[in-house]
Amino acid sequence: MTSVQSVLVVGASAAGLTTAEALRRKGFTGSLSLLGSESELPYDRPPLSKQVLSGAWEPERAQLRSAEALAALDAEFVLGDPAVGLDADNRKITTASGRTLTADAVVIATGATARTLPEQRGVRGTHVLRKLEDAAALRAGLLSARRVVVVGDGVLGAETAATARQMGLDVTLVGPQEAPMTGQLGALVAGHLADLHRRNGVKLRGGVLPDALHTEDGAVSGLRLSDGTELEADVVVTAVGCTPATDWLESSGLNLDNGVVCDAYCRAAPGIWAVGDVARWHHQGLGRLVRLENRTNAAEQGLAVAADILGDGKPYVPVPYFWTDQFDVKLQVYGIASAVARAEVVEGDPVEGRFVVSMTGPQGPECVLGWNMPKQARLQRAAVVDHYTRPRQPVTP
Amino acid sequence: MKITVEEDKCCGAGQCVLIAPEVFDQRDDDGIVILLDATPAEDQYEQVLEAAAVCPAACIHLDDKA
Ligand SMILES: Cc1cc2nc3c(=O)[nH]c(=O)nc-3n(C[C@H](O)[C@H](O)[C@H](O)COP(=O)(O)OP(=O)(O)OC[C@H]3O[C@@H](n4cnc5c(N)ncnc54)[C@H](O)[C@@H]3O)c2cc1C
Ligand code: SF4
Repeated sequence: MTSVQSVLVVGASAAGLTTAEALRRKGFTGSLSLLGSESELPYDRPPLSKQVLSGAWEPERAQLRSAEALAALDAEFVLGDPAVGLDADNRKITTASGRTLTADAVVIATGATARTLPEQRGVRGTHVLRKLEDAAALRAGLLSARRVVVVGDGVLGAETAATARQMGLDVTLVGPQEAPMTGQLGALVAGHLADLHRRNGVKLRGGVLPDALHTEDGAVSGLRLSDGTELEADVVVTAVGCTPATDWLESSGLNLDNGVVCDAYCRAAPGIWAVGDVARWHHQGLGRLVRLENRTNAAEQGLAVAADILGDGKPYVPVPYFWTDQFDVKLQVYGIASAVARAEVVEGDPVEGRFVVSMTGPQGPECVLGWNMPKQARLQRAAVVDHYTRPRQPVTP
Repeated sequence: MKITVEEDKCCGAGQCVLIAPEVFDQRDDDGIVILLDATPAEDQYEQVLEAAAVCPAACIHLDDKA
């Protein structure tokens, strides 16, 4: 491969910025540009549902890097101008304002966008939470609301419900699962999470879906659930997952299937890589395509992609990791728990509110969860590393 | 190189300890970062730079001039 003289990163958030920084750190001296659709300087999303929503932090604190650090990167930032098309053969990007940008290497880091319910379009008092402006709008809404319904029982829904409850609101969390986050945590830990929410006064409505949104004068007034229950609400937050931001790549010819499909090195096509929430790459340890939506993946994958751009790449085989903070509990999750995994408390005690759970699947330990035991969970992580980094034996027919 | 950490931003992810165990540790009770060595030897720089890059709370700061 001829050496790369210019790199264009599309998407200026956690994954894109980490890739750019890693390139410089590894000695890349060519031209470096970051294109972003939002006009803010790169900021971090995890605080949006925690400290920024609660008001503990001014929004500026969520900024990823200081202005000096960004300047030291010696990169051109083109912000507030979304990419609208990619000519993959020539690695040429077109933007909404009509710019065209080309580079030897293009990094797709456009993340994901929040999914919405069709009925919530244009209805005041309904919110999603993905961007800084969403957090500001939701915070303003919560400050003048009494009753909030959060639709969606994944990590974002559960976290948002906890924060809203801590702001003193009447909060109902609605979702299809028996307990919030069962899919990510398994039944045992999700059961403890449900108890935590109930103890703190969140009303849980599990095993139901929203059926209809009620409005009054264009503003939301309530919700009917699939079991016929009626809930009143001044604010409805939908946290029903997100969609990889690939609409701008529709005619690029890249393989798009729940993200930008990439090989083990996160390459989408010659000279084109994908990184972060938008990337669905071949995880060699797991032997399948994986797309992760978590903060550490954005950074680690950025390092992997930067190395590969500079000709020093390795297959990207991370142990997936995410954390979430809800009420006084810090949850750490290493690995992915399959639905059939058996859970066992291996350290601490749920009664004392501090414990580590190990989840074992058909091929051995696959997931470690810490409940208010971050350090101990990290130490137990060693038990699952093999599951993610050992290449699979090819299946012999 | 001089390292500082913003403890009140740290989310206890421990990524820094996985990458640079000679420079970072975590408190036993809440997992918050402990800086073992604010001015590490040069052979640690590479790991420290990587730890700062992946820290998901962006709370490890490096001053190259110090
Ligand atoms: C509220 C919230 C809380 C979270 N909490 C946690 C947590 O506690 N723990 C955890 O591990 N993870 C958490 N996450 C997930 C984590 O934030 C994401 O995995 C991470 O932000 C992914 O980074 P990214 O850079 O890939 O994508 P994004 O952060 O989505 O960034 C993509 C960027 O690309 C821009 N963009 C999109 N389309 C275009 C275009 N066409 N042209 C140019 N730019 C474009 C977007 O505007 C955005 O700035 C949370 C996410 C949210 C939303
Ligand atoms: S990686 Fe960052 S957030 Fe995690 S423990 Fe270290 S300093 Fe804290």
